Amino acid sequence: MLRYIVRRLLGSIPTLLIIIAMTFFMMRLAPGGPFDQERRLPPEIEKNIKAAYDLDKPLLRQFLDIDPEVCSIRFGATATPEWLQKRGLTQTPEGKFFDGSGREARCLGGYLGKLLQGDFGPSFKYKDFTVAELIADGAPVSLRLGSTAIILATIIGMLLGTFAALRQNRWPDYSTMTLAMLGITIPSFVMAPILTLILGVYLGWLPVAGWEDGAFRNMILPVIGLALPQIAVISRLTRGGMIEVLRSNYVRTARAKGLPERLVITRHALRSALLPLVSYLGPATAGIVTGSLVMEQIYGLPGIGRYFINGALQRDYTLVMGVVILYATLVIMLNLVADVIYGVLDPKVRYD
Amino acid sequence: MASITGAAAPPREIQGRSLWQDARRRLFANKAAVTSMVILAIVAFLSVVMPFVWPHQFDQVYIDRISCPPPDYLGMTAIFGSQADACPSAVGQGHIFGTDANGRDLFIRVMHGGRVSLSIGVTATFVALLIGVLYGATAGFLGGRIDNYMMRFVDVLYALPYIFFVIILVVVFGRNYILMFIAIGAVEWLTMARIVRGQTLSIRRREFIEAAEAAGVSNWGIIRRHILPNVVGPVIVYVTLTVPAVILAESFLSFLGLGVQEPATSWGVLISDGKDQMESYPWMLIFPAAFMVVTLFCFNFIGDGLRDALDPKDR
Repeated sequence: MLRYIVRRLLGSIPTLLIIIAMTFFMMRLAPGGPFDQERRLPPEIEKNIKAAYDLDKPLLRQFLDIDPEVCSIRFGATATPEWLQKRGLTQTPEGKFFDGSGREARCLGGYLGKLLQGDFGPSFKYKDFTVAELIADGAPVSLRLGSTAIILATIIGMLLGTFAALRQNRWPDYSTMTLAMLGITIPSFVMAPILTLILGVYLGWLPVAGWEDGAFRNMILPVIGLALPQIAVISRLTRGGMIEVLRSNYVRTARAKGLPERLVITRHALRSALLPLVSYLGPATAGIVTGSLVMEQIYGLPGIGRYFINGALQRDYTLVMGVVILYATLVIMLNLVADVIYGVLDPKVRYD
Repeated sequence: MASITGAAAPPREIQGRSLWQDARRRLFANKAAVTSMVILAIVAFLSVVMPFVWPHQFDQVYIDRISCPPPDYLGMTAIFGSQADACPSAVGQGHIFGTDANGRDLFIRVMHGGRVSLSIGVTATFVALLIGVLYGATAGFLGGRIDNYMMRFVDVLYALPYIFFVIILVVVFGRNYILMFIAIGAVEWLTMARIVRGQTLSIRRREFIEAAEAAGVSNWGIIRRHILPNVVGPVIVYVTLTVPAVILAESFLSFLGLGVQEPATSWGVLISDGKDQMESYPWMLIFPAAFMVVTLFCFNFIGDGLRDALDPKDR
C-alpha cells in the first residue's frame, strides 16, 4: 500500500509539470499583456516594468532559465572577481548575485525554476502582494466552503439515494430522482439567487452576502448553493449502486439468514454501493471548485475564485498559474485518496 | 401465437431483427424518452423558424416598452403584474414573454438564445466527438506503450479543473463564440476518448479483426470499417449527455461575463441577465430558464432512454 502511494505521488509530478507548462504557454499566447493600458506607457517605463517582471526575456527562458555558471558556484565553486566582472555581476554577503539593473542571477531561474524553490512570484496586478500571499489569503475561505459543501452533499446524497433505492419505482423514488434531475439541470447560479431571494430577502432569515470571517449564518447559503448539484449527482450514484447491490446474492443470503433489514443495508449493502461514490470524489472536487467560482461571485466572498477570474481577464500570469497549480494539486491528491479508499472498501482491488 | 385449429397455417417467415431495430423498439417504448424527443424537436424547430416569422427582431429596441410584463391574457398578472397598467404601449404588440430591460421582445430573444445555445451544444459536442473518437480509437487500436502514453495525457488533462482550462482558452481566443464552441469541445472530449478506447480494446481481440488483418486491410481501414461502427452505441449515449453539459458550461461562462456578446444572446446570457432583475421583473428569468431547463431535461431523458435501449446488460 505504502509503495503504491509513493509510486502514485511520484507519478503525479510529471502530470503537474505538464499542467504547469501548458497553462504557462497558453496564458502567454493570449493577446494582450498585464501592463497594457488605455494610455500607452512611455517606452522606457514599459521597458523597465517588463524587465522587473522578467517579461523581456525570450518566452522559453521566462519559463525555465538555468544558469550553469551560477549553479556551479552554488555547489562549491568559488566566484572569482574576473568572472563577476565578465558577467557584470556583484555578489551580496548572502551569496546572491545581482547584475547592474538589480536583477538577480539565479542558478534556477524562470517561472518554473522559481516555483521549484517554492516561489510563486509576485502578482502583476495586486502590486504589493506575492501570489503566495494572495493564495494564503483566499484559500482558507474557499477550502472551508468547499469541504463543508462536499461533506454535506455526501451525507444528504447518500441518504436520499438509499431512500430512493429502497423504494425503487414507487413514488418516493420517482420524486427524489426528479428532484435530483432538477438539481443537475438548473444551473447553480440560478438556484442560488432564487434561494437568496426567498431566504434572504423575503423571509430575512439569512444574510444575502458577505463572509464575516466565516460566520455560520453567512456560510449557509453559499454552502447550499455549492452542495445542491453534488447532492443530485451523489444521490443518483448511490441509488444506482444500491439497486445493483440489493439484487446480489450476498444480500439475499443476509436476508435469508434473518438479519434485520436495517443491518442488511448498513452492514452489507452500503459498503459496496458506495464504491461508485468513491470514484466520484475526484470529479466532485472539480465540480465544487467550479461552483465556488460562482458562489464567491454571487455572495462576494473573499476566496480564490475571484482572483482567478480577474487574473485571467487582466493577464495576471503568475496569479493564474498559482491558482491553477493549487487546484490541480488538490484534484490529483483527492484522486489518489479516492483510489486508496477504493482499495480499502473493495477487497478485490489489490495494490502491489 | 400460433393457432391450433388451423391445421397447416403457412409458416410465417421469421425475420431477424438487427441490434439496431431492437434498440429502436426499446427506445420508442420508453415514454419519457419519446416525449423528450418531441419536446426537443419543437424547441429546436421554434428556435430555428421563429426569428424569420416573428414580427420583432432580437436586437430591436422599443424605447417606450422597457421591462414590460407579458400580456394579461396569459393569466399571470398575479406574479408579473398587468401589462395594460405597466406598459400601455406594449399591449397588443405580441410581446408574449414581455420585454427585457432594454425594451427588446423577450420571446424572440429566447428563441435567438436557443439557436445559439443549441448550436454551441451541438458544435462543441461534435468537436468533442471527433477528437475523442479518433484519439480513443487510435489509442485502443495501437495498444501497448503508445496507448499508455496517450491515456496518461488524458489523465493529465483530467487533473486540470476543466473550467479553468475553458476560461483560459476563452481568454486566449478572445470572445469569438465560434472559437468558444471549439474551446469547450476541446475539453469535453476526454471522457469520450476513454469510453472509445475501452470499447476498442475489447473489440480489438475479436476474431473478425484478426480476419480483416489476415485479409490485408490497412490499420486505418480496420479502425474505420470495423472498430468505429462497433463503438457507436456507448458513444451515442455519451453524446446526448454531452450536449446538455456543454449548454450548462456555456451558461456558466456567460454568468462569469465570458459568454456570447451583446446584442447576440444565448440562454446562459438571458438567464444571467434575468437573475439580476428577478426581484422586480421575474419573467426575464423565468422564461429563458424554463426553456433551458426543459431542454436539458429532455437531453438527459433521451440519454437515459438510449442507455437502456443500447445497454447489452439488459438483454
